Amino acid sequence: MPLYSEKVMDHFQHPRNVGEIPDADGIGEVGNPVCGDMMTFYIKVSPDGKTLEDIKFKTFGCGAAIAVSSMVSEMARGKTIEEALKITRDMVAQELGGLPANKMHCSNLGADALRKAIEDYQRKKYPERKNEKK
Amino acid sequence: MKEIYLDASNGTPLDERVLEKMLPYLKEEFGNPSSLYSLGGRAQEAIENARKNVSELIGANPEEIIFTSSGSESNNLAIKGVMLSQNKKKHLIVSAIEHFSVLHPARSLSRLGYELSIVGVDHQGYLNLAELKNALRPDTALVSIQYASPEIGTIQNIAEIARIVHSAGAILHTDAVAAVGQIPINLKELPVDLLSLSASQFYGPKGAAALFVRRGVRLLPQIEGGIQELGRRAGLENVAAIVGLGEAARLLKQEMSENNQRIIALRDRLIEELPKRIDYIYLNGDPKNRLPNNAHFSIEFIEGEAMLLFLDQEGIAVSSGSACTSRALKASHVLSAIGVDAALAQGSLNFGLTRYNQKEDIEQVLEKLPPIVKRLREMSPLWSHFQKTGERMVAGPGTDYEHGEDNEQEK
Repeated sequence: MPLYSEKVMDHFQHPRNVGEIPDADGIGEVGNPVCGDMMTFYIKVSPDGKTLEDIKFKTFGCGAAIAVSSMVSEMARGKTIEEALKITRDMVAQELGGLPANKMHCSNLGADALRKAIEDYQRKKYPERKNEKK
Repeated sequence: MKEIYLDASNGTPLDERVLEKMLPYLKEEFGNPSSLYSLGGRAQEAIENARKNVSELIGANPEEIIFTSSGSESNNLAIKGVMLSQNKKKHLIVSAIEHFSVLHPARSLSRLGYELSIVGVDHQGYLNLAELKNALRPDTALVSIQYASPEIGTIQNIAEIARIVHSAGAILHTDAVAAVGQIPINLKELPVDLLSLSASQFYGPKGAAALFVRRGVRLLPQIEGGIQELGRRAGLENVAAIVGLGEAARLLKQEMSENNQRIIALRDRLIEELPKRIDYIYLNGDPKNRLPNNAHFSIEFIEGEAMLLFLDQEGIAVSSGSACTSRALKASHVLSAIGVDAALAQGSLNFGLTRYNQKEDIEQVLEKLPPIVKRLREMSPLWSHFQKTGERMVAGPGTDYEHGEDNEQEK
């Protein structure tokens, strides 16, 4: 039995949106190379502050980690920030046609990296909000 | 697409000639070796012939060979069998780079009231002999040290280790699963007390292995309830596989040195050429004193499973010591023991050649791997950080880039 679904292999071999955004509005980094997976997501937000106009990522990791990053970037690109924040790990795994059980936790970090990038953007844009929340 | 198999440490292909010898015992010669009629007698004879061949490969006496089902079983039998037969001595020593089939039974014993010491290794994987001497105690019963590492290839100085262990009055077991059939071992001259070997590592079938137990060494059987193997390992014998083990041993006794000349030339081509085509690649283990068929590298800024999958797309089968490729999701304990940084260990690739490999196979690797590395680095945040700043994003404890660069200069 192959280790990964066809969809995972497709995204692994032909990852979408690999790269960096030099003037990104938000950057999110999760994972640790010591554990084997690390992802950095870059986002560009529309001037009205509503839509994710562009997403790029760089990932160090296994086949699942690369496929997850690619899938998350595809799922969130062009969506509103509100919609993008609703993307969960399980949704990503489902879209990929499933992931091996042992990869569900360690490699399935794309949604978290995206959320961190959005939070980074919000922190920069509305520094006062952070204080309100706390 | 031609499949290129370079994963000998996970098992070698079955020699056609070995298969031919096995087939009758899967067909008409199906007798139980313990049965008294002729059919059983012929099976018994086949097993004893295999025992003779295995003993001749390693310079043992036939009655010193116990057949088992796997290298892991041999290691378990050695560790538990020796320790559980001891009346007073409750201490055992293993190295930090042992196979899990040594480490885990040793840890199990330590939970049952035995005491375990784990001795470290140096950058090339050689056992720290001073540490071994310090660890030895009057109540040390057993020391178990791998003969050669299936991962990083380094061959231990077992003769010197045996001298140290024996002078402290302890028994020495060596897991030689990766070594037997790859390098000559003569137990007439090498005073180890127990030695594990497995047919799956030298062109024999899976399911047949052996433990050499020198005459006079006490061992408590781990599988009981039958007279097989002189009561030391009960259970109906896997006759065909044992016949295969014997035949593989017989053939290697004749062919090993010829095989090795070819294999070493191919292996050295990988070791010399890959660093010319890939930057930031480090050879692990001793560059010279290593298993003839082993080349093990850590490639920086990328992860092993991703490399392995892309190589698989090209028909090339290798293994990796990355966390992602292990079921336990932990990077190789061997790489950690030799001081390879935990992030760097993720990018390791283990090439294990067999005698069936051709020059073209190696050329394929040399052609296909560099673009895979380039592609994965272009995706890697660690690589882009390094490109922009000239600094490594992470350098955990034990980071040993300098050592890797030393290796490179030696070539």
